[in-house]
Amino acid sequence: MNHNLLLTIAKYSIWEAIRDKFLIFILLGFITLFCISLFIGELAITEGLQMQSAILGSTLRLFSVFTMGLFVITSMVREFNDKGFELILSHPVPRSSYYFGKFCGFSVAALIISFMSFCCLCFYAPVNMSLLWSFSLFCELLIIIALSLLCLFSFNSITISFSVVTAFYILSRSIEAIQLISDSPIVASGSFSYKFINSMLDVIAYIIPDIYKFTQTDWLVYLPDVKTDILIVVSQTLIYVSLISCVALFDLYRKEL
Amino acid sequence: MNLYVKQTRSISFVPKSILAVLILSFFIQCFWHFTFTNFVAKRHALPEPPKASFIRLASLDDSVSAAKLLMLWLQAFDNQPGVSIPLKELNYDRVIQWMNLILEVDNKIQYPLLAAIRFYAEVQDEEKQRKMIAYVSNKFIEKPNERWATMAHAVYMAKHRVKDVALALDIAKLIRQYAKGDNVPYWAKQMEIFILEDMGELESAKIIIGGLLESGELQDAHQRKFLGQRLEEIEQRQKKGE
Repeated sequence: MNHNLLLTIAKYSIWEAIRDKFLIFILLGFITLFCISLFIGELAITEGLQMQSAILGSTLRLFSVFTMGLFVITSMVREFNDKGFELILSHPVPRSSYYFGKFCGFSVAALIISFMSFCCLCFYAPVNMSLLWSFSLFCELLIIIALSLLCLFSFNSITISFSVVTAFYILSRSIEAIQLISDSPIVASGSFSYKFINSMLDVIAYIIPDIYKFTQTDWLVYLPDVKTDILIVVSQTLIYVSLISCVALFDLYRKEL
Repeated sequence: MNLYVKQTRSISFVPKSILAVLILSFFIQCFWHFTFTNFVAKRHALPEPPKASFIRLASLDDSVSAAKLLMLWLQAFDNQPGVSIPLKELNYDRVIQWMNLILEVDNKIQYPLLAAIRFYAEVQDEEKQRKMIAYVSNKFIEKPNERWATMAHAVYMAKHRVKDVALALDIAKLIRQYAKGDNVPYWAKQMEIFILEDMGELESAKIIIGGLLESGELQDAHQRKFLGQRLEEIEQRQKKGE
């Protein structure tokens, strides 16, 4: 892997985020969400700060995840359409340098987004908790970046890639609730279809990341001890980013130019 | 490197006809809205609450935010678009079902209980006030050291709004019996004594103060001194009464 090339590709990805006004858009979005949280605080008759931090946290997270995913996908599609991808790979550039360059560039954008969310949350929640929450958001965004890159290498289409990323994210966040519901049905059923679906859910739960343990609103509101949670977040991010990156590289190395 | 490249040409490049149609259609849209869009205010009854698992699923497992948003929605339900429903007309049993759901979704939230006693119990309907006080009392038993503050409000509500001193005494007794945590302030634990004094039940007040002093629950020297003085005052009042 050529580190100079990797850094150059990463640098151009960051410039793209700036030129496309993506980061300015995120900043404006965060300011709007912050203003909405101020308004919500006025509505509450008690627990105003908790209400504000909870709602600001959950909206910041959803906004960051979906915009980041969309940005990665559209940016890569443009590169494919402009033949920039072919141009770079026609030079002696290892495909892994290209992939990791892109990944690092988008990660820096994710880092900036996490910092912005930290600044917003500091108004309502303690600094240490806001920092941990933002760090967890950064880890969540890393998984989304890797997944978006993988989807694009596999599907080559904005619509399909974004739909898959969205579905994957929703499923990862709600898999615990889905499993709880399926494990305790109102009317006990021993039918084959029920058992099949239940087993399928268990299999799906094995192969998707535990994103529902990431960036929990609970951290901002009730300030629990999050040492174990952060350890889970870091480990899960390392494992899953490695897994998705390997699959993406597998696809990328097999791609015909 | 120039980070920003101007990507648009001057407005003068846009054909006049397009500008004209743009402005015209904008005004037609405004006209349409003011002429044909009539908001019809409709009253909606509070619906039956869904299951907690549904809320967890719908909120992508973010139950804390979901509970808080649900509480805001419930609190604002009396103000529907174009209609303001008096709290008196709200179905309080349904309100309680919703508050139970919110507590199930987020079991650390205090908002529903405080809203029950500070918002819903403010209605000028004694039955509804009593319903909310009973609800708060029931929920208090589940987590007394966390929910004592709402019970203290309930004492005030029973004594000054419902004007039922016996009920206030019962609530204050529950606080003394259940809320024994260090986080619960002494004034809350001792509310029962002051209510008994108000009721003229001086002997009972003396017994409780004596019990508190004997039990060793009070570690604070100032509190022990204060209660000792209180005991002396009650004894003097009793002597004067005799």
